[in-house]
Amino acid sequence: MREDLSFLARDNFPTLLTTLQEAGYHTVGPQLRDGAIVFDTLNSVDQLPKGIHDQQAPGSYRLEKSDSPRLFAWANGPQAIKPYLFTPREVLWRSQRSKTGELNFSTVEPEVKPTAIIGVRPCDIAALYLQDKHFLQQEKVDPYYKKRREQLLLIAVNCTHPTNTCFCASTGDGPQAHYGFDIVLTELDDGFLLEAHNQRGGALLEKLPVQPATEAQQQHAEHALTHAAEQQTRQLPGQNLNDALFKNLQHPQWQKIADRCLGCGNCTAVCPTCFCHSEGELAALDGQSSEHHREWDSCFSPGHSYIHGITIRPDTRTKYRQWMTHKLGGWHAQYGRSGCVGCGRCISWCPVGIDLTAEAAIICGEGDKDE
Amino acid sequence: MSNPYLPLEAEIIERIQESPGLFTLRLRLTDPTQQAAYTFKPGQFNMLYLHGVGEVAISIVSDPQDEQIIDHTIRAVGRVTHGIEQLNRGDRIGLRGPYGNGWPMARAEQKDVVVITGGLGCAPVVSVIEYVARRRERFGHLNIVQGVKHASDFIWRERYDNWRRMADTQVLLAADAGDPIWPWHIGRVTDLFEQLRFNPEQVMVVMCGPEGMMKVVVKNMLARGVNEEDLYLSMERNMHCGIGHCGHCQYGDKFICRDGPIFTYTQIKSLFKVKGF
Repeated sequence: MREDLSFLARDNFPTLLTTLQEAGYHTVGPQLRDGAIVFDTLNSVDQLPKGIHDQQAPGSYRLEKSDSPRLFAWANGPQAIKPYLFTPREVLWRSQRSKTGELNFSTVEPEVKPTAIIGVRPCDIAALYLQDKHFLQQEKVDPYYKKRREQLLLIAVNCTHPTNTCFCASTGDGPQAHYGFDIVLTELDDGFLLEAHNQRGGALLEKLPVQPATEAQQQHAEHALTHAAEQQTRQLPGQNLNDALFKNLQHPQWQKIADRCLGCGNCTAVCPTCFCHSEGELAALDGQSSEHHREWDSCFSPGHSYIHGITIRPDTRTKYRQWMTHKLGGWHAQYGRSGCVGCGRCISWCPVGIDLTAEAAIICGEGDKDE
Repeated sequence: MSNPYLPLEAEIIERIQESPGLFTLRLRLTDPTQQAAYTFKPGQFNMLYLHGVGEVAISIVSDPQDEQIIDHTIRAVGRVTHGIEQLNRGDRIGLRGPYGNGWPMARAEQKDVVVITGGLGCAPVVSVIEYVARRRERFGHLNIVQGVKHASDFIWRERYDNWRRMADTQVLLAADAGDPIWPWHIGRVTDLFEQLRFNPEQVMVVMCGPEGMMKVVVKNMLARGVNEEDLYLSMERNMHCGIGHCGHCQYGDKFICRDGPIFTYTQIKSLFKVKGF
């Protein structure tokens, strides 16, 4: 039995939120909107998706309500916490032209408040760490991402209710969080097991009306998490598919996927690790000032591979191949691991239900089809 | 907040019309401290910004020792470059960089150098030729090969004439379609490869231009016994940020802006013959 786990009774759960608010955090948490669970400003625990369960399948996301008092009895919604760090659209700087034609460039500083996000899933933390590698752990650091990242406090929630599309156990990113959070919760029937991961989390925990977790409570949590891993039926055909994918660039399955794929880019929009973005310009009508912004882009968009009159990837076959070979292959050389954290969003939110795990198995599982 | 996305202001010191649709801008950062601190290597590029329109990646063609001037030769093909084409001396633009790895000139010292360009791909390698020209004694035989579609696409005739007069240097030119004042080869640039003079074991081959052309060069050079580590290609893909963040220029696991744009053939050969990357 571990001594470092605490128990917070369900009735006392609101104290977690109020403690964070009193400490000056802008609090964010999962809530119901437009038939999906999304992260948004959380003013009260009443906004949390109590008794809500998600039924996900390839091309399908449906919510159901039960009498359960549980707040986190669901797997995930369409968005991870990515928009809180890498915003969907952001003005980066302004250009101001004087009457005599001189240009003045000024950074548009992001307004960032200390933000605490409650309900972050282990897969989303893994994705956050991948985005950290991309935006922060490079020669050139993204200052917008960095500023938000430094203000972030995370209350993770271990996943006891994976859905049909989840495969985090196969990528090694869940259902239990092992890093990257301040406090992690495991939800039980009558309350929550709490574990602090750092000093800040520990200090927060001290302010909560917790008691030491009993052996029975710990066993319940452990059992729930083991069960959550065992429930998952999908898996990728290996941790590192780089060689298998790049050996099979001419595999006939790429065209079979393209025959179904709409090229809509939903998979990239919901993927918590996709980092592609385009930069754009919005000039004022008087022409004297102009805003330079960036917004999420997708390797499925027609302009993504455009270069002086040529589109390198004009067809869906090469676009999908780019997406999968990068996500499951190229990331290994770039960032030391796969770009997939097993959240399954690309499967659920694909309008035609293309299953990344099944397609990867077909392409990697068969022999060397290279020309 | 230190911001790698923020351009610096530069002034157009001179604008040279090289041919219809092709022009050179000679730039200087307006802040003398910034200009003094600005250094680059041959083969690197800058992101140039046109007020109200946007940014574009353009290679630097001047020599690193020209501390006061940063030259860019630009073909007007897209939204930003068509706009930049309208600018004149004294106009201001934004500049950030330099980015990319540049040509590894130190590795070519004491070796023969073969520079092969096609189409309008010559700009990124002009810096290589100028670099060798200024430090001529450090390098072996210099071969300069340029192929164009139409004779009228050929620019810098004077410059090529000067290079031709340099010691231990040969210049080979070809146009698919000649004109009455085109004295050189009419036909494919590859027809000229037999005339190249170099020691395959002591050579650096640099190439820039359409990938189709570079494929032919690679094949030819490998057949002549050049080590694939000595073949350098300047690659080009869509670029928005220039610093490895936006994702557009990815080529397999490489970011062309950050890991390139110059690669040895060894580094990219697994994807070079595959369409769609």
